Amino acid sequence: MDVIIQLQRQLSDYTNSLYREGFLDDQFKQLQQLQDESNPDFVVEVVYLFFEDSERLISELAKTLSQQPMDFKKMDAHVHQLKGSSSSIGAQRVQKVCIAFRNYCEEQNIDGCLKCLQLLRNEYTLVKNRLETMFKMEKQVLGAGGSIPLN
Amino acid sequence: MAAQVLDVGFHVLAVDDSLVDRKLIERLLKTSAYQVTVVDSGIKALEFLGLLDEEKEISGSNHQQVVEVNLIITDYSMPGMTGYDLLRKVKESSYLKDIPVVIMSSENIPSRINRCLEEGADDFFLKPVKQSDVNKLIPLVPNSFTGKPIKNHEQQQIFSSSTCKRKQHTDEYLSPTLRRKRYNQIFS
Repeated sequence: MDVIIQLQRQLSDYTNSLYREGFLDDQFKQLQQLQDESNPDFVVEVVYLFFEDSERLISELAKTLSQQPMDFKKMDAHVHQLKGSSSSIGAQRVQKVCIAFRNYCEEQNIDGCLKCLQLLRNEYTLVKNRLETMFKMEKQVLGAGGSIPLN
Repeated sequence: MAAQVLDVGFHVLAVDDSLVDRKLIERLLKTSAYQVTVVDSGIKALEFLGLLDEEKEISGSNHQQVVEVNLIITDYSMPGMTGYDLLRKVKESSYLKDIPVVIMSSENIPSRINRCLEEGADDFFLKPVKQSDVNKLIPLVPNSFTGKPIKNHEQQQIFSSSTCKRKQHTDEYLSPTLRRKRYNQIFS
């Protein structure tokens, strides 16, 4: 029993840090509330769709940035999509970079766009690692016979 | 061969080109126990609604199951046909115009919102969509869908025509109330 409580506390602390550091916002809580016995893997499923989507879009952005002349409209369309999906799962830091990225696209600022792509890559990697760690911790709690506390 | 009658409850057609958003809206709608169909484009929505075949006579031999759609919820920004284009097509159609349409968008642009409302949209949701947004759809569900099974003679009525027909609704609709609320939110 002590083990479960310990694991749950670790998970809680870790999840709270993700909110504190801005990796996640309230929208993520919406996802968690949609998970239940009939849809036990909903959060993981949506998050993995987000990972797929993000990787595809980041790769498209890299391609577009390497083309001459630069197609800012196309880039903006990709960033808009990424902004949307990150917002839908509550990946706040990724969303914020997308907002800045869109501004640079509008200004046709190549340097700004390049910087944002790098930032995007970083933030995506960070949130992916954080979420995967959180999912591992959740698995440990469940494996020990406990349940996942809703923050 | 007669059309197969399907007792699907309150049926929502959701349209969004984003994979993540499709998954989210589907789950949100299902928590309200709605029957949900999700498509990834305006064209596919029109196809599903039978609008692309409006000119054709739907004969028994090539006829597929006719399923009534009771509400359409669509993203605004989609490649090709936008949610606004889809809204217009639905409102221009003699047999689909009474289906309530809700638009979703990640961008809070008053002129966009007004344009949609003026074109006949019943509500406008700002993304990311939440449970509280989906709960606002409840006034759009007529009493006949809340718990009571559709009676046999009503089923006959729905499917006697060859196209997707929407039953006429009473004043329970409350759409003007929904619209007024939205205006207040935008301009307050």
